[in-house]
Amino acid sequence: MDFASSFALTTAELILTGAGLVLLLWTAWAGDKAAKPIAYAAVLAFFAAGFTLVPGLHDGAIGPATLAFGGLLKIDSFALFSKALIYLAAIGCLLVAPGFFNSDAAGTERGMRAEYAVLVLFAALGMSLMVSANDFMSLYLGLELNSLSAYVLASILRADTRSAEAGLKYFVLGALASGILLYGVSLLYGFTGGTDFAGVRAGLTGELGTGALFGLIFVMAGLAFKIAAVPFHMWTPDVYEGAPTPVTAFFATAPKVAAVALTARVVFEVFGAQVEAWRQIVMFTALASIVFGALGAIGQENLKRLLAYSSINNVGFILLGLAVANQAGAASMLVYLFIYVAMSLGSFTALLMLRSKEGDLYETFGDIAGLAVTRPAIAWGLLFLMFSLAGIPPLLGFYSKFVVFQATVEAGLVAFAAIAIAASVIGAFYYIKFVKVMFFDEPVDLVTGKSGTAHWVLLAVTAAIISPIGYLLTPSLTDLAGKAAGALFLTI
Amino acid sequence: MNEIIGIEHYLVVGAILFVLGVLGIFLNRKNVIVILMAVELILLAVNINFVAFSAFMQDLVGQVFAMLVLTVAAGEAAIGLAILVIYFRGRGTIAVDDVNRMRG
Repeated sequence: MDFASSFALTTAELILTGAGLVLLLWTAWAGDKAAKPIAYAAVLAFFAAGFTLVPGLHDGAIGPATLAFGGLLKIDSFALFSKALIYLAAIGCLLVAPGFFNSDAAGTERGMRAEYAVLVLFAALGMSLMVSANDFMSLYLGLELNSLSAYVLASILRADTRSAEAGLKYFVLGALASGILLYGVSLLYGFTGGTDFAGVRAGLTGELGTGALFGLIFVMAGLAFKIAAVPFHMWTPDVYEGAPTPVTAFFATAPKVAAVALTARVVFEVFGAQVEAWRQIVMFTALASIVFGALGAIGQENLKRLLAYSSINNVGFILLGLAVANQAGAASMLVYLFIYVAMSLGSFTALLMLRSKEGDLYETFGDIAGLAVTRPAIAWGLLFLMFSLAGIPPLLGFYSKFVVFQATVEAGLVAFAAIAIAASVIGAFYYIKFVKVMFFDEPVDLVTGKSGTAHWVLLAVTAAIISPIGYLLTPSLTDLAGKAAGALFLTI
Repeated sequence: MNEIIGIEHYLVVGAILFVLGVLGIFLNRKNVIVILMAVELILLAVNINFVAFSAFMQDLVGQVFAMLVLTVAAGEAAIGLAILVIYFRGRGTIAVDDVNRMRG
């Protein structure tokens, strides 16, 4: 476990760090004029970092050889899978950004800032550390690196008061969540005598003391804040609405993957001996998220708010897979995450294409009335994505819900699966509203702006993934998710 | 002295500070700066816990963690104030009740 092998294990993070620092200098040097090349350079860095993950993903990485820096980080199959997903999501959000910021009439106020790509890089670096954390110290460091970059990203449109307000809200509630999580960590440290996951786990066997129980609950509450699960979801709609749409797409995908993966690692590796203690918390949050996500979306006029509630709803299903608390459940959760990232990226790309000739973005149902007549390609793409989010077969969104339900039922949690299915039927209501508005309402013909190539390509790719063609991916996806979940359960 | 002030006293102080911080975020209706102060209070409560446990258990990890938290808290405060400045530029107010352009 010398430094050389630690560095070899963390090549992806080193590439991101190096690229982030170099691009930061470039930003300082060239200013906003170079925003576009900097974004593409960041995409290259993500590809390079993602490339280094491939051998480990393919062969599977488990055991003591995955520990780096004296056990602070653990780069196993689970971390590699999550990182690959995070990098893919980040690449998507970098590619759609220039088309959003640099429209013809945007002017300097809304022009793309060079820092955007650098912040995405650093946020993704923090997420990389989060998913490979093996100690509460590296966990906290990764979490804060991610969060601090995210606060700035939310308020990157400085002249837009909604963007600034989103950043402010995100900052206050995010800082509170970090504080709650940290308080839990301090209690766990005091009552188990360590901050490394193995040490805390060893101290949590047998009867759970009051102090340690409080620690567990605080840590779970802090993590629930970060993944925007009910009852800690109230910041999500506001932040998603106020943040610039490419940033919202980023928030809905990459940090979600990182926070869910982090939660999975913490509950299995730290609280693995106390399954009954955390399981009821996760089960409650999962069902509450599914129900509140579905109900909250009803009556929303703003599409970004609606997608925020939809993401709360989807997080509920992901947590349902986690609450099964076995390897099949964790694998189904990872499959769901992959498909969710594809669906979210696609939906937000479709929203980015709803723009006027001047480049202003339309965000409400009233603006997309009759879209199927005026812009059929966007309307059909949006329709596919919404149906997939609702879980209507034969789209891939159905498959993701199916694997989660399968794991839940096989574990004997039939009642919970029944509640979740009932709630997803309610949820189908607001997805079907898209059909009514886009296909049957009087056309308003507001969406007249041209969309960039990157938007079309990303919409086509995500639509292809969620279409029945996507089922060709499922064997390799199941294989990778199985390997990743296996690495997670090695310690149990 | 050590017989009089034990670990639980430190923990009680930490818990009180933590609760004050959380209440400061939720009950405060006046000023966003107060929220920033409340966040710092929470992090200080955590630090008291870490240092107290560290001294009690004769284990250095807690103090290392406390230093890490201090450093991150500085960064967090800087970013919070920066966001607050651009918010004030746009809206001309930092009253908590006015942070309501989005509802629903």
